[in-house]
Amino acid sequence: MKRLPWIVAALAAVWMLSALRSPKDATFAYHEFGRLPVVFNGRLQPIDSLARNTLLQIRNKQAMRDEKEKRTLSATEWAVEVMMNPAVANTRKTFRIDHPDLKGQLKLAMDADERLGEDGKHYSWNQIFESWQVVQEQSEKAPKEASKHSAYDRAVLKLRDSMGLYAMMQAALQPPNTTNFLAELTAYQASIPAGTAALRDRLAGRPFDTNALIAVLDYCQRYMPLSTMRAPLIIPPHHPELARDQWMKVGDALFEPGINPRLLRQLMGQESLSDTEYRDLITQAGTGKLHPAVAGYARMTEAYRSGNVAEFNQLVAARSGELTGTFATEMRKTAREQAYNGFEPFMKTMTIYAIAFLFAAGFWFSFQEWTRQTALWLIVLAFVVHTAAILTRMGLEGRPPVTNLYSSAIFIGWGAVGLGLLLERIWRNAIGLAVAGVIGFTTLIVAHNLALGGDTLEMMQAVLDTNFWLATHVVIVTLGYAATYVAGILAVLYVVLGLFTRVLDSAMAKGLTRMVYGILCFATLASFVGTVLGGVWADQSWGRFWGWDPKENGALIIVLWNALILHVRWGGMVKERGLHLLAIVGNIVTSWSWFGTNMLGIGLHSYGFMSAAFWWLLAFATSQILLLLAGWIVPQAKWTSFRKGPTPAPSKPAGGSGIRAPGAQSA
Amino acid sequence: MSLLTSSPTSGVGYRCQPFAPENQPLTPESEFPGMRAARRPSMVSDMLRRAFSFLSSLRLTVVLLAMSIALVFFGTLGQVSDGLYEAQTRYFKSWVTTWQPSAGSWFHLPLPGGYLLGTSLLVNLLAAHWKRFKFTWKKSGILLTHVGVILLLVGQLATDMFAVESYLRLTEGETKQYSESHRENEFVVIDVTDPTQDRVFSFPESMVARSGELAHPEIPFRIRIKQYAVNSDLKPRGPRSGGEPQAPSGIATRFTFTPEATTATMDERNVPFALIEVTETGTNGVAQPWVVTPYASDEALRIAIERQFARKLGPELAASLGSTLAQPQEFTAKGRTYQIALRPTRYYTPYALSLLSFKHDKYIGTDKPKDFRSRVRLTDAAAGGPREIDIYMNNPLRYAGLTYFQASFDEVDPRARATVLQVVKNPSWLTPYFGCVIVGAGMLIQFLIHLVGFIARKSGGSAPGATAALA
Repeated sequence: MKRLPWIVAALAAVWMLSALRSPKDATFAYHEFGRLPVVFNGRLQPIDSLARNTLLQIRNKQAMRDEKEKRTLSATEWAVEVMMNPAVANTRKTFRIDHPDLKGQLKLAMDADERLGEDGKHYSWNQIFESWQVVQEQSEKAPKEASKHSAYDRAVLKLRDSMGLYAMMQAALQPPNTTNFLAELTAYQASIPAGTAALRDRLAGRPFDTNALIAVLDYCQRYMPLSTMRAPLIIPPHHPELARDQWMKVGDALFEPGINPRLLRQLMGQESLSDTEYRDLITQAGTGKLHPAVAGYARMTEAYRSGNVAEFNQLVAARSGELTGTFATEMRKTAREQAYNGFEPFMKTMTIYAIAFLFAAGFWFSFQEWTRQTALWLIVLAFVVHTAAILTRMGLEGRPPVTNLYSSAIFIGWGAVGLGLLLERIWRNAIGLAVAGVIGFTTLIVAHNLALGGDTLEMMQAVLDTNFWLATHVVIVTLGYAATYVAGILAVLYVVLGLFTRVLDSAMAKGLTRMVYGILCFATLASFVGTVLGGVWADQSWGRFWGWDPKENGALIIVLWNALILHVRWGGMVKERGLHLLAIVGNIVTSWSWFGTNMLGIGLHSYGFMSAAFWWLLAFATSQILLLLAGWIVPQAKWTSFRKGPTPAPSKPAGGSGIRAPGAQSA
Repeated sequence: MSLLTSSPTSGVGYRCQPFAPENQPLTPESEFPGMRAARRPSMVSDMLRRAFSFLSSLRLTVVLLAMSIALVFFGTLGQVSDGLYEAQTRYFKSWVTTWQPSAGSWFHLPLPGGYLLGTSLLVNLLAAHWKRFKFTWKKSGILLTHVGVILLLVGQLATDMFAVESYLRLTEGETKQYSESHRENEFVVIDVTDPTQDRVFSFPESMVARSGELAHPEIPFRIRIKQYAVNSDLKPRGPRSGGEPQAPSGIATRFTFTPEATTATMDERNVPFALIEVTETGTNGVAQPWVVTPYASDEALRIAIERQFARKLGPELAASLGSTLAQPQEFTAKGRTYQIALRPTRYYTPYALSLLSFKHDKYIGTDKPKDFRSRVRLTDAAAGGPREIDIYMNNPLRYAGLTYFQASFDEVDPRARATVLQVVKNPSWLTPYFGCVIVGAGMLIQFLIHLVGFIARKSGGSAPGATAALA
């Protein structure tokens, strides 16, 4: 039994670390391709991240299971197929559609039907792209304010965005409906000299070669959508020594050798240039040369489409080698980010936290020290990985830990687990471990769902672009959230264990009370300092210390609530049970500040309405209120733990529950 | 008062108060130990004493904190229907208020307003310290915390009373010696006869709203308000529009102004208009009607309107309408030339700011703003030569008691190269900084005192009976 905790922890460590090995590419070099850099969402990232985040938004998954082929495609494999062999990709059931009315509107199979190969949930591009008009029309009918969207509106808007993303991926490397882009590029390049000469003659009013002009304009027309639409910037800058971040879309690179697309749009009446701009553009000649990367990707596309594994892999290796020469730091960053993506650290730590909680809870009923030890080592292991993952994210972003709602969830979890471990070090009764397990697990679930919105390493809005305030105000206020939750969950344990089990003896009850009190003091300090620092930041950037913005108000309510609990306690207006019941309310107050205020859809901190989250929030608040009422209405003498029953609580071994809790209760 | 004379001795009957002061027996002897036991306290001192112990009670603190939480919560909800500005005034800058689930709902939840709660907390805090507090090192953190809280409350009150916010819109190359109010307007008569110096007579919008007449001994004419609306709309009028124009000259020749319902949303604002009549004093001259409105005198608004017209009516007509709006409304009286306008209230400064350049960067391949900054030249004759400063996010310019923040820019047309600076005058802007440091330090000290005590007790074995009581 003594070694068991070590064995369990070691197994968990092996399970986690095994994911760190980079997968070997069996056929096509998907993994190596996934490491190639691309600029999207304003930041440099590996294609792997682009692929995962896109698939996540389209399908809510980071990989794609093909039921017909009975195999799972990695996100990069899926992306390669969409970009390079759309004929096949378009038949895969990529899009997740759940709303029955929307399925009906698009005339899709409602239910699973094995004969037709339908699962009733996922649909292919070929099944839906003809309904693009319908989706567009329906999405225009949705109200402008997100808070007024019905479930149907949200489904339609999501599908519209998903289709937009898919179309963007299709056009990332070549125009849609291309059979042999490599051959086409050669012909296009050949048409440029005569075509641009003809255009110049035409604009100058001289006789011109009509055929040459039409030939080049045909290509331009075909490539124009690629230049105007949103697209990943996959073509590296020409002069990295001058401008390292000037990455290009394929669409823009295609126009470099020939006619300027803005001039073309002006001629088509789609843009109004000023006279000087116009004069500049007609005298400006194209470079005449296509960026080698465009042809490089076209060659890769050909190799992939024709199933030539060796050539594809060789081209990918060549591209990778060439980029490493000029963009060594960028390539290191993409490699790190790809490894981080593949590791999925938070999914793994989430599982460990859940298991650890079970061991911790097991300790109260069995009083076997090895269960507590197991829980302890599992939490320590998960905490180490959690910390390392946060540090990796910070390194990738070059930012303090909390930059958006997603990272706030991860950081609240981290802070709570840290506090839990601290409590465990002092009391050694598995309470701290249980709290760490519960909050670690829950916050990572929340984070997992927040990640469905897309890129979690996104860039910051201009006003938030200051590491100093992100590192101080945001981190401290988030720690305040974490501490208030820890106090709240401790109180929940007090009520649940007291009401329903015999575990809560007086030593444990006193220990819990001291923990709640101590944590609340820390929570008050952190939330107050964090909130006021937010005010100072606001004063620095907007000129007012306090603006009664919903998020500010939410933070203020946490401060006031914690202050209220402390004053009530000092005034002797509540005793042990009252303190816990009030601390439970802290859970609701914190959740309101964290999520509720964002759901109002107003103010400077609003990140958009999250309807699914709203119901979860409501359910959580309701559960806390029910718990509070149960703990309040049932007299404490009637709680299972305090009832004078026939079987007294089993005696405990030394070092067990509550025994080490020092001191007596304050008034 | 009659109570006082009718029952001078019995204090017992009046002991039912909402919050009994804690730990304090209500015997007068213990409160006033120096008092001679033979003399019973008078009714007045008894009432005062009880009022004081009510004001200084911890229960009052708790009730006030609870009410503050309720106010902040409902004040946040109220922003959804009322808009940020309205809700601020209604909930936080008031003594008492009510919350409604939606505008026009029958249900009204009465709430104490921000001023009432802030003042009460302040009084409660001061009274409690006066009554109970004896300085000990063990409680030094608590004292410090509360001093900081007092500073924060007072600072916020001072900000509320003295802070003035305005904005400064500059296009590249432009120089201004004033900023303009976001919401308040003024009616101005400007004597422009002297080409080197204007004389401005300003009347706040509230005087215009009251209707009646505006006059000033140095203005040689009377101004009668014939019509005024808090919010208005304008429609262009052409030669074929029916009816008489609202005034024979100025902007009314090409526009018709109509009253509109007031708005409360965050991105809209009320734009008033007034129809006035100008009559030269001392003569029986004919009254000359004019229409005045910020549609004409507010540059940003005028540009927005012109763009709206450009979409509907085409760029040429829009430009011509826009130039009519921009044309000052001018007339002569007693040989001097005057202009009149209803414009955003201006705050003049003894120095001038010019916009040299405005820069706006986005993250590559996105529309997400990365950085926007204004390079301005500050010219202050009193302070020597001009200097050039960059104002950007989180880096304001503080000068002569005013602070200039990069707030916005012409988002519709970035090529307009226009910047919007928020201008704040807040004499008490430093109080939150001090308050924050003091409270933070106070809590930290108290926290550490506890932690150290706790650890000492723990390591020294259990010490039953040791308490963690704070107060």
